[in-house]
Amino acid sequence: MPPFVAARPEEILLPVRPWFIVLTLLVALLANTVPMSGMALTLKPDFLALVLLYWCIQEPRLIGVGVAWCLGLMMDVVDATVFGQHALAYAVLAYGAGYFRRRVLRFSLWQQAAQVAVLLLLSSGLVLLVRIAGGAPPPRWTYAVGSLTGALLWPLVTALLQWPQRPQRSPAER
Amino acid sequence: MRHLPVEPPPFFHRGPSPLTRLAVFGLLSLALLFADTRYRYLENIRRGAAIVLYPMQRIVQMPGEALAYVGTYFSSQRALSDDNAALQAQLLSQAPLVQAYPAVEKENARLRGLMQLEARIPVDATAAEVLYSSRDPFTQKLFVDKGEAAGVQAGRAVIDSIGVVGQVTRVYPYMSEVTLVTDKDHAVPVKVERSGVRSVMYGAGAARAPELRYLSPSVEIEPGDLLVTSGIDGTYPAGLAVAQVVSVERETGQSFAHVTCKPLAGIDNSAQVLILGSTAAAPPRPEEPADTAAPRKGRARRKG
Repeated sequence: MPPFVAARPEEILLPVRPWFIVLTLLVALLANTVPMSGMALTLKPDFLALVLLYWCIQEPRLIGVGVAWCLGLMMDVVDATVFGQHALAYAVLAYGAGYFRRRVLRFSLWQQAAQVAVLLLLSSGLVLLVRIAGGAPPPRWTYAVGSLTGALLWPLVTALLQWPQRPQRSPAER
Repeated sequence: MRHLPVEPPPFFHRGPSPLTRLAVFGLLSLALLFADTRYRYLENIRRGAAIVLYPMQRIVQMPGEALAYVGTYFSSQRALSDDNAALQAQLLSQAPLVQAYPAVEKENARLRGLMQLEARIPVDATAAEVLYSSRDPFTQKLFVDKGEAAGVQAGRAVIDSIGVVGQVTRVYPYMSEVTLVTDKDHAVPVKVERSGVRSVMYGAGAARAPELRYLSPSVEIEPGDLLVTSGIDGTYPAGLAVAQVVSVERETGQSFAHVTCKPLAGIDNSAQVLILGSTAAAPPRPEEPADTAAPRKGRARRKG
């Protein structure tokens, strides 16, 4: 069994299986609908944005702006928000990921997390802009907390999603 | 002689550039935003997607429900008996009211008959369980597990054991969306129970307390007053508890009092709610008088 830590940049991963990407995105979408209240709701990150960001950085040829946009529409249905709000945010997130991806992977995981925080804040800031333009009241400052917990979860998400791609070490190597 | 291929090999074909894609999808989202907020064209698509996602959402909730179910087996004997005693006491304390209610109801019906008022229609109700609350921090919404299949319709009032929770705003086949009284776009016609002053309670979003607007400073209202539904909107039956007045600020420079209140119902934590059936149909709108001021002016201008 491979160790449960993220791969070093120089490590060569096995090719990803497309069904695994679909599965993880679906699980993230459903994780967003798990009922929560109070403190947990404040801390709750946008799981779908996080997993989407990971795949946009790792597999830009499979997951890009288009897929992100479609997932955003689903998120709008699940959350009963205005159609197009999450779609726009996720499309921008995917574009940002594509822009950042070449350099982001060179950093250590915690430095990556800092950059992920910026991307997540950008996308939630876009949602804020759309909603305030639509006449919503400004939310509390805790609105940004979800993006920060999301960034803190980044190393865990990376380790988790990379795990099936880690090659089995041959006994001779040990 | 073979020509060198001018086109790059197909390996490098990746379709339009990321920026083009972002522009296309960004514009599409803006179009959707506009279509949805202005015209509500997309309700059918929303319904379709909700039906597809519903079974998966239920699967996600299963572990939590199973844990809660198992947890009930391990609740202690003592907790159960305490609970039972509390419920018995509550039942007993409410007994006089409940026993007197049919008599009062009959008397009320007789009096209304004498005064030739319309009879009050008793409401039926559907119990529903809260599935999850919307993650959207800009609106205050809940999802409950009863939908069209259980006869729920948009516009129905939703209450819990303490007071009004909100109103059904969107109905899917197996679940429905409830807008809470604290939502910014939600208003409940209320009256002060003590003095009978009528007003409308406007939600103000999660961050701020609901308020009563346009009340004159001289109006009979004090902190601690109970607000109940007035029933004049035809959505909420009359007499349901809604909120308690928290503060009343009467400033000399202002033409209205600033009244904030606190909803009574467990809006963030009630797990079971009751969806009320239809109330009395509102009487039809009176016909507009044929000769209103505006058209007459127009006609006069045309003549002259």
